[in-house]
Amino acid sequence: MACGPRCGESEAVSGRLPIERTAEGDVRVWLSGGERALIREAFAHLHERLQGDLDDPALERLFPLAYENAPEDEAEYRRLTHHELLASRMEALRMVEKTLDEATIDQAQAGVWLGAMNDLRLVLGTELDVTEDALGLPLDRADPKARELALYTYLSWLQELLVEAVSP
Amino acid sequence: MTAPSSVPAEVEVETPRDERLDSRDLPWIVIVWNDPINLMSYVTLVFRKLFGYSEAEATRLMLQVHEEGKAVVSRGTREKAELDVSRLHAHGLWATLRRE
Repeated sequence: MACGPRCGESEAVSGRLPIERTAEGDVRVWLSGGERALIREAFAHLHERLQGDLDDPALERLFPLAYENAPEDEAEYRRLTHHELLASRMEALRMVEKTLDEATIDQAQAGVWLGAMNDLRLVLGTELDVTEDALGLPLDRADPKARELALYTYLSWLQELLVEAVSP
Repeated sequence: MTAPSSVPAEVEVETPRDERLDSRDLPWIVIVWNDPINLMSYVTLVFRKLFGYSEAEATRLMLQVHEEGKAVVSRGTREKAELDVSRLHAHGLWATLRRE
């Protein structure tokens, strides 16, 4: 597991964070238009891929094996669950795309954002072959994957904030 | 089977497992495996939400996954274990089931 960018911080960070729970329990989203466009593009890309070839190795991480050494049981598990797992992910992406420009979302919507953000990080992180400590490493600008790694780190931070915003 | 939920905000509390039942009654275990991407805070939240664990118990299990590579997070009949695995998969966790 990865320790997120704010992992271990216990005291409140001063200043405005991009995602914060309001006193009423809703979730306030302080993202700029540029940030929202970047996030929208990343979600749209995932959405498109889920509509395409699901044998794509990076997508396999979203549909892991349930049985380690039982191919027949695994086939039956897939038959029973795969459609639902895919449909719920697509539905979550549609919902996020619909609410991404909102200034305030409710807890249920924030929960859907959280799940979709996790899916996005799983695919991106798998493609980047990240290690557990990837979020703590300085960014090497010469790395051909620097843009994707920066996006991964940024999304990880947002996800950490979403976890805080929806935690009971 | 209940449709896997992708809405982590809903808190579904399950009845705690009956400690009097032994492994003959609960022969299937659900294992969550460590992975480099899922955030520690997120995994703890998913354990609380799906299994109704306290924050302390969910954190203990998350740390066990993180440090030992895996942890048993639930047990029960095969049907229940499969359902739990599908809910964990819906939340992006790497989970498997096996007979104990």
